[in-house]
Amino acid sequence: MKMLMNVPESVVADALRGMGAAHPELVVDVEGRVVVRRDAPVAGKVALVSGGGSGHEPLHGGFVGPGMLDAACPGEVFTSPVPDQMVRAAAAVDSGQGVLFIVKNYTGDVLNFQMAAELAEDEGVQVATVLVNDDVAVTDSTFTAGRRGTGATLFVEKVAGAAAEEGQPLERVEAVARQVVETSRSFGVALSACTTPSKGSPTFDLPAGELELGIGIHGEPGRERRPMMTSGEIADAAVGAILDDWRPAGPVLALVNGMGATPLLELYGFNAEVHRVLGERGVPVARTLVGNYVTSLDMAGASVTLCQADEEVLRLWDAPVQTPGLRWGR
Amino acid sequence: MTETALDAALFIRWMQAAAALVDREAERLTELDSPIGDADHGSNLQRGFTAVAKALEAEPPVTPGAVLTTAGRQLISTVGGASGPLYGTLLRRTGKALGDAPGVTAEELRAALRGGVDAVAQLGGSAVGDKTMLDALDPAVEALATSFAAAAEAAEKGAVDTTPLQARKGRASYLGERSKGHQDPGATSSALLFAALAEVTA
Repeated sequence: MKMLMNVPESVVADALRGMGAAHPELVVDVEGRVVVRRDAPVAGKVALVSGGGSGHEPLHGGFVGPGMLDAACPGEVFTSPVPDQMVRAAAAVDSGQGVLFIVKNYTGDVLNFQMAAELAEDEGVQVATVLVNDDVAVTDSTFTAGRRGTGATLFVEKVAGAAAEEGQPLERVEAVARQVVETSRSFGVALSACTTPSKGSPTFDLPAGELELGIGIHGEPGRERRPMMTSGEIADAAVGAILDDWRPAGPVLALVNGMGATPLLELYGFNAEVHRVLGERGVPVARTLVGNYVTSLDMAGASVTLCQADEEVLRLWDAPVQTPGLRWGR
Repeated sequence: MTETALDAALFIRWMQAAAALVDREAERLTELDSPIGDADHGSNLQRGFTAVAKALEAEPPVTPGAVLTTAGRQLISTVGGASGPLYGTLLRRTGKALGDAPGVTAEELRAALRGGVDAVAQLGGSAVGDKTMLDALDPAVEALATSFAAAAEAAEKGAVDTTPLQARKGRASYLGERSKGHQDPGATSSALLFAALAEVTA
């Protein structure tokens, strides 16, 4: 597989150098592996720190900036960052108002953030943690590591980020983040596997003419393989799986997210089908975001995330945001 | 089991042998991690154990306990993923249990490793049979009562025996039934740790 890189070992460092070059409004510590907004710590503001394996760009580094994250910790490709990074990030952004760790529910991320929270608290930083676990494809939580954190991470980071930006205290920011987690659900499909730089070939074998339903964002296969379906059939399956699990009380924010290698032309067509299904099922849509936000390297496919949007969540969603990956308002 | 004291130099050789084995087997570990994980176990452990070998060479600790706590701290700081905290905890807890004695007996090492393995089970919330590192670590510690070679054999057998199991922890668990038929990469790398121990004590 041809890749635009120097050597596999340096892809993350190279990307961080490039990110720093493109975004002077961020401090990108290539060696220490943290991305921090330049004006941090912001006086009187709760700080938001997230992180996870690389390969999901723009998540998380691309969501650092006013109205969203204060810092992000990129790990190696699909590998959780290490506690040292999170402790470094927390120390860089804490204004004394406390730090909220936003953690996707994967064993590695959970363990490393847990160790980091203990270390940061030893250094006098108040830390709260919110676990994002929105993926309905994982049904049997007794016999698995639990539901994965996927597209809802964007909603949590945006909504909690807006709450922090307007000066809400840590327990309020944590509460609204938790509310978004509890009222968000996702489902993803893959049309092709992805290729990690270190392996150089697809992580699993998906024959032409077949797709994977219920995939995660780390190149792991899904729960079920089926003959290729149309965009409309995939929307029926994805939205159906979400609504079978949970029924939103009121309008939703909808994220139609590309996995990395699916063109916007296809994503918008898929969004039309997602809206059709939501209409048929009587779920009003308040806002829609279409694009590549929580990706899985060069995987082709898409995921749907729905988040219940009460007035407060909608207000925080609409608040200004200025990050490399998400930018509106002001 | 002999009652010869195992010293810091031997523990350093153990970690260096582990680093060499991980280096040699990295590609295979990543290969095993592809169908049921995310194809990075080999490269992650390689990065970690390279850092361990470097740290031990730069400032060689003078007690067995310090060798293992240093190695564990390096793994936590460099590996990431679930393997970093789990392997790091295994070595740190074992090292702490060995205290600051300049030499330890095989039985003292076995008892310390038992505590380390229990800490891994607690941190990961997993049990033997979940298709994880524990499936190699647990039988290895049991067999350590016999000999280092027996422990290496038990670990290797434990790793191979994960193949038909359905994963209940870690990323492989998302596959449900489809995780069956694949050897667990974590159990496989755990077996390397005991292979290295047998190698340096032979």
